[in-house]
Amino acid sequence: MSTVTPSRTIRIGAGAGYSGDRIEPAVELVEHGSLDYLVFECLAERTIALAQQTRRRDASLGYDPLLEARWRAVLPHAAKRAVRIVTNMGAANPIAAARKTAEIARELRIDGLKIAAVTGDDVLDVVLAGDYRFEESGEPVAAFKDRIVAANAYLGAQPIVDALRAGADVILTGRVADPALFLAPLIHAFGWSMDDWQRLGQGTVVGHLLECAGQITGGYFADPGVKDVPNLARLGFPIGEVREDGSVVVTKVPHAGGCVSEATCKEQLLYEIHDPQRYLQPDVVADFTEVSVTQLGGERVAVSGGRGGPRTGTLKTSVAYLDGFIGEGQISYGGSGAQARARLALDVVRERLAMTGVAVRELRCELIGVDSLYGQTDAARETQPYEVRLRVAARCDSFDEAMRVGNEVETLYTNGPAGGGGVTKSVREVIAVQSVLLPREMVTPSVEIVGED
Amino acid sequence: MKLRELAHGRTGDKGDTLNVSVICFDARVYPHLVRHLTAERVKAHLQGIVRGSVRRYELPRIGALNFVLEHALGGGVTRSLALDAHGKSVSAALLDIDIDIAPPA
Repeated sequence: MSTVTPSRTIRIGAGAGYSGDRIEPAVELVEHGSLDYLVFECLAERTIALAQQTRRRDASLGYDPLLEARWRAVLPHAAKRAVRIVTNMGAANPIAAARKTAEIARELRIDGLKIAAVTGDDVLDVVLAGDYRFEESGEPVAAFKDRIVAANAYLGAQPIVDALRAGADVILTGRVADPALFLAPLIHAFGWSMDDWQRLGQGTVVGHLLECAGQITGGYFADPGVKDVPNLARLGFPIGEVREDGSVVVTKVPHAGGCVSEATCKEQLLYEIHDPQRYLQPDVVADFTEVSVTQLGGERVAVSGGRGGPRTGTLKTSVAYLDGFIGEGQISYGGSGAQARARLALDVVRERLAMTGVAVRELRCELIGVDSLYGQTDAARETQPYEVRLRVAARCDSFDEAMRVGNEVETLYTNGPAGGGGVTKSVREVIAVQSVLLPREMVTPSVEIVGED
Repeated sequence: MKLRELAHGRTGDKGDTLNVSVICFDARVYPHLVRHLTAERVKAHLQGIVRGSVRRYELPRIGALNFVLEHALGGGVTRSLALDAHGKSVSAALLDIDIDIAPPA
């Protein structure tokens, strides 16, 4: 373990906030951020189920589709500057992702890169063998048995810490709690104890602030005239300068676009938080209520005061299952009377779906520009937009039934009100996600170093 | 006056539950919002979206309120028929709420 002096600071960057995120800011960070660690968070709730389906078709796949593009852009710089990388781009197949990473490193002539895969989050067998109920709906999981495609437990920081201790330069995981991707390097670098709840709580604050990358540097923030963000097109990603006590200064590369302010940090601090006193994580129950946020001048904001309490005995586990199909159709109406013609068109589609017996479980009819986001509000009743877009979406059990929904919108061309245009129609299979709480001891994380073979 | 002139916020999703933060631009406004921006008012304002309960959490240290809205995402992000399945647009609607008295700056 490394020797720690109190003044030591770890610089940790966020290279992605979701699977499809921009790559240039990650390159900028690794080139100009003087980083010790770079973390890529790329695994949304449903993404891992889609990856699992890909893996079933081809056992060498099932990891993040942008893995190769990211590594080609980032790895040469990271290797040169000895920046260690942690990412959940392993998705449903961390081992294959690690092998692919090794292959790319060889091709790029990067020697001696130590690559690790963290596995053990895939608990499909455990969930299928047990007697669990979904936390959200209370339904027994067994009732969904034939439709379940994936079950992944949210792992904590420990296996990543183990991989770092083993000297890994690049660590690929599947499902891990997002903040834990950041917490692990801090635990490793500062030698924090796994029952030091205060530090783990504040470390969770650090991870939570950074995990969405650009969302703390001015992304998802701009509101012209109210909250202006300079140079948004060149939005940079964040750097956390973390001290041994877990307190952090959030900043960015000076010349990068965007801004880091108390306001951006506070918005991100509360993003996807329910009870701020009990933010449940695999390693700690974090408490954000005493967190303070202070602008230091420049693009630097200090955040401290996160606390924590003992972790719970269970791990949240996402269970993904097939849930039918959504069929959808859209068409636009414009000019005077646009809304009246669109409303007539909605009535016609509704009646035709019933008349032709399309088996619809749930139907949603709306006008984009009027009531599609907030339903029937006063503003929606008063507004007379110059153009509107009709949207009909329906849940069906089969692909063929779902197809008929968009078709009944398309027939508005020659069978509906005057002047409709720009029809689009689609069908998508629904993969729904609910969660169960697994006893911690049912989940066994492990680390595999993928060789320089 | 509109809440938007006093505060900013962001929406986050988890399953069928939505949270919307309301963060004061000026911390001195916070007690005023605690008094006037109740969970009941928020529920009434967002009646077209929220089918369940609304809980409010207070964060005086950062001058913010956090509203947690149950059954607000059409059965859940992953299966919702809604155009904005994540409810990302809800914070803008909440910031449009009228706050009666202009507090002293």
